[in-house]
Amino acid sequence: MHIDKELVAASASPLVLTILGEGESYGYALLRRVREVSGGDMEWSDGMLYPLLHRLERLGWVTTDWRTPPGERRRKYYAITDDGRAALAEQRRQWGAVVRALDGVWKQAPSLPAAGSLPPLGPALGGA
Amino acid sequence: MGLPEVDSTEARIAEWRAHVGRSPAVATADVEELEAHLRDSVEDLRAVGLDADEAFLVAVRRLGALDGLSAEYAREHSDRLWKQLVLAPAADDGRPRGRLRQAVLLAVGAGAAVQVPRLLGAAPERPADLVVHVLLVLLFLLAFVGLRGGDGPGGGRGDGRGDGRRLGARGWLAAAAPFALGAAVAVASPWAEGSSTELLVALHLPVVLWFAVGHALVGGDWRSPSRRMDVVRFTGEWVVYYALIALGGVVLVGLTVLLLQPAGDQVVEQVLAWLVPSGAAGAVVVAAWLVEAKQSVVENMAPVLTAVFTPLFALVLTASAVVYALTGLAAGFDRDLLLGFDLLLVVVLGLVLYSLSAQEPSRRPGALDWAQLAAVVSALVLDALVLVALLGRVGDLGWTPNRVAALGLNAVLLVDLVVAAVLAVRFLAGRTRADRLARWQTTYLPVLGGWAAVVVLALPPLFGYR
Repeated sequence: MHIDKELVAASASPLVLTILGEGESYGYALLRRVREVSGGDMEWSDGMLYPLLHRLERLGWVTTDWRTPPGERRRKYYAITDDGRAALAEQRRQWGAVVRALDGVWKQAPSLPAAGSLPPLGPALGGA
Repeated sequence: MGLPEVDSTEARIAEWRAHVGRSPAVATADVEELEAHLRDSVEDLRAVGLDADEAFLVAVRRLGALDGLSAEYAREHSDRLWKQLVLAPAADDGRPRGRLRQAVLLAVGAGAAVQVPRLLGAAPERPADLVVHVLLVLLFLLAFVGLRGGDGPGGGRGDGRGDGRRLGARGWLAAAAPFALGAAVAVASPWAEGSSTELLVALHLPVVLWFAVGHALVGGDWRSPSRRMDVVRFTGEWVVYYALIALGGVVLVGLTVLLLQPAGDQVVEQVLAWLVPSGAAGAVVVAAWLVEAKQSVVENMAPVLTAVFTPLFALVLTASAVVYALTGLAAGFDRDLLLGFDLLLVVVLGLVLYSLSAQEPSRRPGALDWAQLAAVVSALVLDALVLVALLGRVGDLGWTPNRVAALGLNAVLLVDLVVAAVLAVRFLAGRTRADRLARWQTTYLPVLGGWAAVVVLALPPLFGYR
């Protein structure tokens, strides 16, 4: 299944924050984890991850640290901050509300095609 | 796989590195981060059986097309781009030349306009006459800034996307309204002889008009903090260029006097009557053009200037604060002193703003931040001393326009700097980030303009134009 670009962009920051909530990580490992949890449905161009991470850093949601673990190459590690956790909780509430709302209307409109064959949601949800 | 294969991967990575590093939006540390990613990716792909070439190609492909990549970086790091955004359009459409022509025409226009009242026989004697001159000159500056295309120095750099922010008809109206209103206040008000509100209007109206120019600069979009910071940057750089031009102007005037002395005092007077006001007026537009055209020069100068002057100001202010704290304010202190202290706060605020405008939003605290905090706190201590002394006296001296204006300005600046000091302390303690400081200043900016507007519009009628 191909997920719409805007949806991927909108969900990128809560996804990354959640993964960082499991423990600090660096860009490549983060991406691997994203692929893992999405089962390959979400197509991320690798390079787009870093500007996103830098934005999260500017917002104070993550901190960074250049480190060279023994036997590995030098990498920039990202860790979530308390502000980041708070932001994540807020985003989670918002996503919950969106999902509930969609669920609600879809249940009341049985004429729509069933889940699994739904068309992409379109840009209306993008840009969060 | 043999050694040559590894070498070829290394060579390709080096090539890729050089290519990515060329984009102004991608800093060296970012390239390093991307390279680590690329190498991880290549390693993983090799592990599943791809050969060196294939692994490299797939890994690069996954990083994304370079154009898209640097555009994405540019969106997040627009501050790195601002030099390029200003200089880039220069190369292809020849606009700078047209812009230079505009600048010259408007500068000449401003220079000629300030001569008109004199030629009509109205010698500038009263503050209101001065207001008219300032109005005329800033009108030309407004025209210059407003006529800028979509992606001049003010537009486009804030978010790095360069989308045009031309001033629409409504924007022009909004920017011109303060001018019309200011002219009406200056000319139509029944000023009393030796009126102090008239002088206050002359001092505060330029600030209001400057905000109108700022309105044109941001293309009417005050909402985003980075736009407001553009106005701060523009102001700081304009002041630097104007000061430089003024220095040159002083030399020019001195030489002119020297050369024309033998021709008689009258000739000298005539020449100076043309040279000085017109030169000062034209320089207003020329300085704005320099800000726009020579962006990169001042961009390098602003951090240097702040680095030099912040510690010096901190030293002087701390020393005076200590002296006053030890000796107390002398009994016979002048009540005009408050005006002097307002000026001090304005200078300190200017210093804070100027250094903020030149700093990366994600930097870490350094020695300069301590110096700046010392300067701000000392200025606040000094100001508090004066304020306490003065408030005790307002009772027996009564409210005059000057005192209202001075106290109001003091309160406005005090709030600004107290919050700035608190944020600076939090920043130094690592509890907040550098962009919060900048955010506060850009948020507070309208208050400064608002107070100036209150003085211009409300004080004269309140005090019966005395």
